[in-house]
Amino acid sequence: MTVRKNQAALTADEKKRFVDAVLELKRSGRYDEFVSTHNEFIMSDTDTGERTGHRSPSFLPWHRRFLLDFEQALQSVDSSVALPYWDWSADRTLRAGLWAPDFLGGTGRSTDGRVMDGPFAASAGNWPISIRVDGRTFLRRSLGTAVRALPTPAEVESVLSMATYDMAPYNSASDGFRNNLEGWRGVNLHNRVHVWVGGHMATGASPNDPVFWLHHAYVDKLWAEWQRRHPDAGYVPTGGTPDVVDLDETMKPWNDVRPADLLDHTKFYTFDS
Amino acid sequence: MPDITRRRALTATAALAATAAFTTLAAPAASAAGHDRPMPMPEHPENFDEVYKDRRIQGRPMSGGGHHHEHGGGFEVLIDGVQLHLMRNADGSWISIVSHYDPVTTPRAAARAAVDELQGAALLPFPAN
Repeated sequence: MTVRKNQAALTADEKKRFVDAVLELKRSGRYDEFVSTHNEFIMSDTDTGERTGHRSPSFLPWHRRFLLDFEQALQSVDSSVALPYWDWSADRTLRAGLWAPDFLGGTGRSTDGRVMDGPFAASAGNWPISIRVDGRTFLRRSLGTAVRALPTPAEVESVLSMATYDMAPYNSASDGFRNNLEGWRGVNLHNRVHVWVGGHMATGASPNDPVFWLHHAYVDKLWAEWQRRHPDAGYVPTGGTPDVVDLDETMKPWNDVRPADLLDHTKFYTFDS
Repeated sequence: MPDITRRRALTATAALAATAAFTTLAAPAASAAGHDRPMPMPEHPENFDEVYKDRRIQGRPMSGGGHHHEHGGGFEVLIDGVQLHLMRNADGSWISIVSHYDPVTTPRAAARAAVDELQGAALLPFPAN
């Protein structure tokens, strides 16, 4: 069984195996298919129309399945690898081991945002940015410049305490747990982390930065934590909602999996704590 | 962008064309905490055409026809003549493909944010536009 660990607790060997598997998916072309899929959903999910991957109740099950696909691809390269998660409410500075040269590398240089160290730096030659919206082909970051601070544990706690999964109109204007976690309203958790990292993470092609997976693995863990806190609250809506994925409706692009199939993460993986 | 991506994007666009009607959205009790910005809700964005940081940015009602999908509520933004994928949120705020998680109040602000983000790089024409 796959165990997803806090990135701060990974051994040097676990970091190296994760990085090597990611680089192999990139080399083989499989990585960029994930970037493309994410960008397509980012562009097509709208508040007034069909919405599946973002700004909708299925934000959480959609990303759970998307991460499962990516994790299975990693495991096809190295069966020992699991997705680590980044608890950004705890590891909240540029000095976190996450950003060290033996893992994801650090922030970008000030002139052009180019990441200069680590396995994903353009200079290492293994991380061309192919799926992109502008002419730049190097990985970019600007940690902590567009927004000062990552969410705090107290802010996370305030969102976990929300008793309702999601609420009409089931989009970026909704109240409830999902939209406050996604960040379109309230203290802003998930969206703010994308903005804090900057560079590619701030764009629709955000999976170009491998930290995307560690960010979403933690968002996913927060969903699991919310379920533990609110065992009687379930995914909504449960039927007949135009443009929105109901509990028992299948989700694009897979078309064979429903939110109902993804509510229990223990069928697929557990967490270290 | 590789051709495979263009085809996929166009497929996604076609599937959504039917849902892309222009809608004048009601002003909500906007909540943008975490952004520290007011969120006024103009019914129709103002046209603009200016040079910002040596880039020409334009905003205007989208010209009709073709396979446009109008996630910008029928409004389009161009940077040096290349269309920027724009989206309007339910609370009236705006985001673009290069600044997708950080809503701003107007299409002009989204265009300027995109110029800031691009740091001089050319925007690639996006077939899905």
